Amino acid sequence: MNEKNILSIINIGNNKKTVTPLFLDSVSAGFPSPVTDYLENKLDLNEYLVKHPAATFIVKASGPSMIEAGILSGDLLIVDRSVTPKNDNIVIASVFGELTVKKLRKKGSTLFLVSANNEYPSIEVKEEMECFIWGVVTYVIHKAITR
Amino acid sequence: MSYIKQLQDNHSSLDNSIALIDCNNFYASCERIFNPKLMGRPIVVLSNNDGCIITRSAEAKQLGIKMGEPYFKAKKIIDKNNVKVFSSNYSLYGDISQRVMETLAKFAADVEIYSIDEAFLGLNGFENYELNIYCGYIRRIIKQWVGIPVSIGVSSTKTLSKIANNLAKKNKEYDGVCILKSWFDINDALKLTPIGDVWGIGRRLSIFLKKYNVNTAYDFTQLDKGWVRKNMGVVGEKTFLELYGVSCIELDLIPSDKKSCCVSRSFSRPIEKIHDLEESVSSYGTRVSEKIREEGLVAESMSVFVLTNYFNRKEKQYSNSIKLQLPYPTNNSIKIVKRALEGIRKIYREGYRYKKAGVILYGLTRASQTKGLLDYDRESSDSIMNTMDRINERYGSSTIRLASEGIEKAWKMKRDNISPCYTTSFQNLVQVKLE
Repeated sequence: MNEKNILSIINIGNNKKTVTPLFLDSVSAGFPSPVTDYLENKLDLNEYLVKHPAATFIVKASGPSMIEAGILSGDLLIVDRSVTPKNDNIVIASVFGELTVKKLRKKGSTLFLVSANNEYPSIEVKEEMECFIWGVVTYVIHKAITR
Repeated sequence: MSYIKQLQDNHSSLDNSIALIDCNNFYASCERIFNPKLMGRPIVVLSNNDGCIITRSAEAKQLGIKMGEPYFKAKKIIDKNNVKVFSSNYSLYGDISQRVMETLAKFAADVEIYSIDEAFLGLNGFENYELNIYCGYIRRIIKQWVGIPVSIGVSSTKTLSKIANNLAKKNKEYDGVCILKSWFDINDALKLTPIGDVWGIGRRLSIFLKKYNVNTAYDFTQLDKGWVRKNMGVVGEKTFLELYGVSCIELDLIPSDKKSCCVSRSFSRPIEKIHDLEESVSSYGTRVSEKIREEGLVAESMSVFVLTNYFNRKEKQYSNSIKLQLPYPTNNSIKIVKRALEGIRKIYREGYRYKKAGVILYGLTRASQTKGLLDYDRESSDSIMNTMDRINERYGSSTIRLASEGIEKAWKMKRDNISPCYTTSFQNLVQVKLE
């Protein structure tokens, strides 16, 4: 009877320890772990993918028109609106109120929105088109595992 | 009068520069970010339960739709003019608001977030000319980065910068920025401002003042300061001085911890059964606990309340609330919901049609500062809540919830026209067609 009781108390104690590991070097008797000196933060993808959190949005691509630029249907696009669009950037553009993904191409003084798929035409930007650049795509997240 | 003259002559009192940044028709502008098609089209956003109109785009205002008007009353104009109607989507508005505030913080060291769509900025050290350019720049960046149009008013006190902001909004030629930094401009502005539009002068005060022929902010400044103090108290005197460029309401830079937190909703239809009330109170209890956990707070006590529909005079009315002590300071949903259920069972009376219920937590303190002797299960409690929060964060709110919240939720808020949570849920991202 007594033994059982003692065991159960120890169990509770062990449980608590796993919940809040307060000290990394808790064993004072042995040789301190040489690793703890080198512990760093874990890799943070947010930090890597998002430079301007306030201006960054995620959108989902759907359709085949940007295949040759490496954007497939279902991919997530990281869009940074604080980036000033430059020639050859992949951008989210609003054309006639519809959001679309294209490559921005400047020829002389005319702007084109170019698809990365021969089967889809390029669009020449004209003033009456109510067209504006919504944001610049900075990263493409593609799921490599299908099942 | 000599006091006023003294103030006006003392130009140093206008040295201070405070900007008020206000998002234009904020909720409607949020809806437009992901729907460029809605640019230039009239939009209205409805209050909880799709009851009243709480935001109108400029186009909707022009159609004569009124602020606060019940939806059903405006329905004729709305249908006829093809006005786009949205239920309020606070997840979206909250996220966009945070983005606006984060961006503003890049432009000044002193930022006071005043409401979901307004912030005060301390802009000392700029010359008038530079202020104009700088504010124009702030406007452009907020529009480009977040997609929200804002208006900016600058003057030397909060009350005056509110007036400047109103002018920036109303006059197209100001291009969204109005700087009031000379007595000449300020007096003109005060003459154009109806007394009811002055910050701190409510409807009742403005009715009172109109009896004394005070119709504009300028009229108000012509009153005797002693009279203002005698009839309107210290608050009225502060407003008076602020209109003279004497800063009486400082920027509030460190938001103090909340002392209480409330979650309450009106039901989509009247509720009569205790069972439905229990479900709703469980949901509100869970939500309010989540809210204080987000801020790292614990509650000492709580109250639960119910009420019937006061506006329906034909029905018999009942309202009640009960205060409940928690066993120890906690933010544990299970503990809080349990107490809430005990409370609702005590104040429930049969035979009434209930319209609204809510849960309020009181005595909030930092969780890290309370180490009670009695909260012996704090660690396991924290880890259960932590796990629930993380699951709900990843898979959407209420993925995992208390059984007492119910499944059907017949009482749930009506939100027929809500837009997707574009920025806060992976399931709701904007789909961009690649064609």
